[in-house]
Amino acid sequence: MIIETKVEGANVIATVSGDIDGKTAPQVQSELLAALQAGNRLLVDMNGVSYLSSAGLRMLLLLYRQVASKKGKVVLVSVSEEIRDTMSMTGFINFFTLAETREAGLAALA
Amino acid sequence: MTTDNAAPGRIDSLEARIDYYPTHEIAGFRLRPGKPFPFGATLVPGGVNFSIFSSHAVSCTLVLFNKGAEEPLAEILFPDSFRIGHVWSIMVFDLDCETIEYGYRMDGPFDPAVGHRFDKSKILLDPYAKAVGGRDVWGKPPNWDNIFPYRGRLVFEDFDWEDDRPLEIPIEDLIIYEMHVRSFTRHTSSGARHPGTFAAMRDKIPYIRELGINCVELMPVYEFDEFENSRRHPDTGEMLYNYWGYSTVNFFAPKAGFAATGRLGMQVDELKTLIKELHQNGIEVILDVVFNHTAEGNERGPTFSFRGIDNKTYYMLTPEGYYYNFSGCGNTLNCNNPIVRSIVIDCLRYWASEYHIDGFRFDLAAILGRDPCGAPLSNPPLLESLAFDPVLGKCKLIAEAWDAGGLYQVGSFPAFGRWAEWNGKYRDDLRCFLKGDAGKVGALSQRIQGSPDLYGWNGRGPTASINFITCHDGFTLYDMFAYNYKHNEANGEHNNDGCNDNESWNCGWEGETDNPGINALRKRLIRNAWAILMVCHGVPMVLMGDEMGRTQYGNNNTYCQDNDLNWLDWGLAAKNADLLRFAQNMIAFRRAHPALRNRYHLSNQDYMGSGYADITWHGERAWSADWSNESRVLAFMLCGRHAKSGTVCDDYIYVAMNSHWETRSFEIPMPAPAGGKWHVAVNTGMPAPEDIFAPGSEPELGDQGHFLVTAYSVVILVARHSGLNTNLVKPEEPGRTKKSKAKRK
Repeated sequence: MIIETKVEGANVIATVSGDIDGKTAPQVQSELLAALQAGNRLLVDMNGVSYLSSAGLRMLLLLYRQVASKKGKVVLVSVSEEIRDTMSMTGFINFFTLAETREAGLAALA
Repeated sequence: MTTDNAAPGRIDSLEARIDYYPTHEIAGFRLRPGKPFPFGATLVPGGVNFSIFSSHAVSCTLVLFNKGAEEPLAEILFPDSFRIGHVWSIMVFDLDCETIEYGYRMDGPFDPAVGHRFDKSKILLDPYAKAVGGRDVWGKPPNWDNIFPYRGRLVFEDFDWEDDRPLEIPIEDLIIYEMHVRSFTRHTSSGARHPGTFAAMRDKIPYIRELGINCVELMPVYEFDEFENSRRHPDTGEMLYNYWGYSTVNFFAPKAGFAATGRLGMQVDELKTLIKELHQNGIEVILDVVFNHTAEGNERGPTFSFRGIDNKTYYMLTPEGYYYNFSGCGNTLNCNNPIVRSIVIDCLRYWASEYHIDGFRFDLAAILGRDPCGAPLSNPPLLESLAFDPVLGKCKLIAEAWDAGGLYQVGSFPAFGRWAEWNGKYRDDLRCFLKGDAGKVGALSQRIQGSPDLYGWNGRGPTASINFITCHDGFTLYDMFAYNYKHNEANGEHNNDGCNDNESWNCGWEGETDNPGINALRKRLIRNAWAILMVCHGVPMVLMGDEMGRTQYGNNNTYCQDNDLNWLDWGLAAKNADLLRFAQNMIAFRRAHPALRNRYHLSNQDYMGSGYADITWHGERAWSADWSNESRVLAFMLCGRHAKSGTVCDDYIYVAMNSHWETRSFEIPMPAPAGGKWHVAVNTGMPAPEDIFAPGSEPELGDQGHFLVTAYSVVILVARHSGLNTNLVKPEEPGRTKKSKAKRK
């Protein structure tokens, strides 16, 4: 699991690589929450994520709620088709903003 | 106390309680005595609380597996101090709730003569497991040597329902669509991305809504094993499955193989997402629940759960310790044992609260009224408890009011003011009348009124009657007019299975034919069935595909067929577009007319001072129905002033039914009220599109005094009551949420 975060202006950009499941979700959550000290607009680039488990989805939803409560925004970028499909069938997709590219994601954050 | 944020399976810190910390360590696992309630496996901060009861076991072992592993990860014998009463409970910390599978070993006597069949060599499925692993992908052959075939799994019970809750549509306003989740979209013609799944059904919601359906009744979606008694057909080699699923492995877990995400263990979320979206579209969900038996069979069946946990409690046993078989499936769940009663109630409460289920249809429900020795009870505690349960307070409770042991309770099922019944007499009488049997008009008049002969004597009303002509058991509507006899050879039982009393009529040729006259007659009879079903008081139920002429090629018991015999061919929607249009408009007709949907039985009297009784009876001559034994015609008129017990104003509705082989002229009983005119809503004797007109577009009738009703036809006329406006013909809003209104135009 590799998590890189950086701050670009008002945006927090996170790049996550690896499987997000019950074992890794707590780590992703705590690192992203720490990064969000610097701003409340979060872009998560998931190009390197090939598997997102049920616990992973729930972690993202919790994260989204915490950011939303601070009037912030979360955009998921480069979500694989399979994960997108799973998110759709389980209803999670309704809660998120998804973007194809990082540029589109940044535009959605603005 | 665990404070490690990165502990596996933990995604948030919730340390609010001071007692959620380990006190013991066994087999390398940190744990403490658990909470007896709730039963099952419950996620708690930092761990999982496991709780299970057995009245007769002497010891219990929790067995943990990594997902799919052949050998256990750990076996934790409950310290005796962890038991309170008959309940063992334990809290185990630091488990990854996504990858753990759990079961139990129970030690106790093996003494079948007194009812005990403990076998500690077996690893048992928790009856309260909320998800089950082992049959994650439909039809994937299992490893038969698996020491733990059906595995308890942990689930997140945190689905975000937003503002959804059960719709609470009045039962008399429902139009129920009985369907099988897999059959609905498995056929390639469905175009589904994930055929045969909850997700695919969700994609078809617009079809269900446009048909006018406001309630789907799902054949079993509890975890069952399609491989139970699976075999190859001796002649054709076709694989035969436990396809319908009337054989439960676990009552709390949704069927993983029905979920496209079942292989990811996300079937719970997928099913809930489907239900939420059905609700948003104004469609209720009723589950077909099978509490009469389990998949463990009789003494020769496998031991994977109930039998090994507490055989004597869960099953009805003969004095010699064998299994009573009132279900026809090997064993009988001991429903009026207080413990089993509790699990049934817990289960239904769980589905109502956790899945927002709107109602339940109980398979072979007469069994639920038998005592532990099998004798019918006059006041069955289980049925009473369900009727008065607070969580189930608004749920529809529907009984299949008979069982395989010969107890037939249609009209006499212990209802406690709540229970409705599948009205088997409605089915039989309607079939006989439709095919032109003599001597049926008297019975037909009762069925039209919501069967007051069955449900009037004790004040149950038409809402007690689920009216149906076809259901999953038996012929489809198309086959009812294409076959005189069942053709069940494909089931591999030499055509000995399935019922023989079909009351069907092949119209002159057994099976498919090119004869245009026969095909036209069949389609007319199908329309007649739809027309009469939709104008009867009571709650109509239709079978998936009957709106488009689905055939099972004469097979009336397709319980084992995972193929075209069950799968809905969506190509029929185009092939039989005329039937589909008729069904759609007939449903719209029912929804447009509250006069068809009274909550209470009609009185045959004029209590509104309209000059007409709520229902009046006619025949070829007005005001003079022919009740004689040779009669095959009947007409009736509903007074629009008496709609919904006189609380709303509707059109006058006149229905003439001719099941005779000759055309008959019907005298219309009165001029249309207040200078209005009779209009033709339905005439099944006409070819499409003249067979039915959408509410509001009915053409005016030329001769307002008489109507020629051709052989085997149904005619429906409507007359607007003075002072009415066309607002009345707008279908009622079935849902109540803002979203559902926004989605429906």
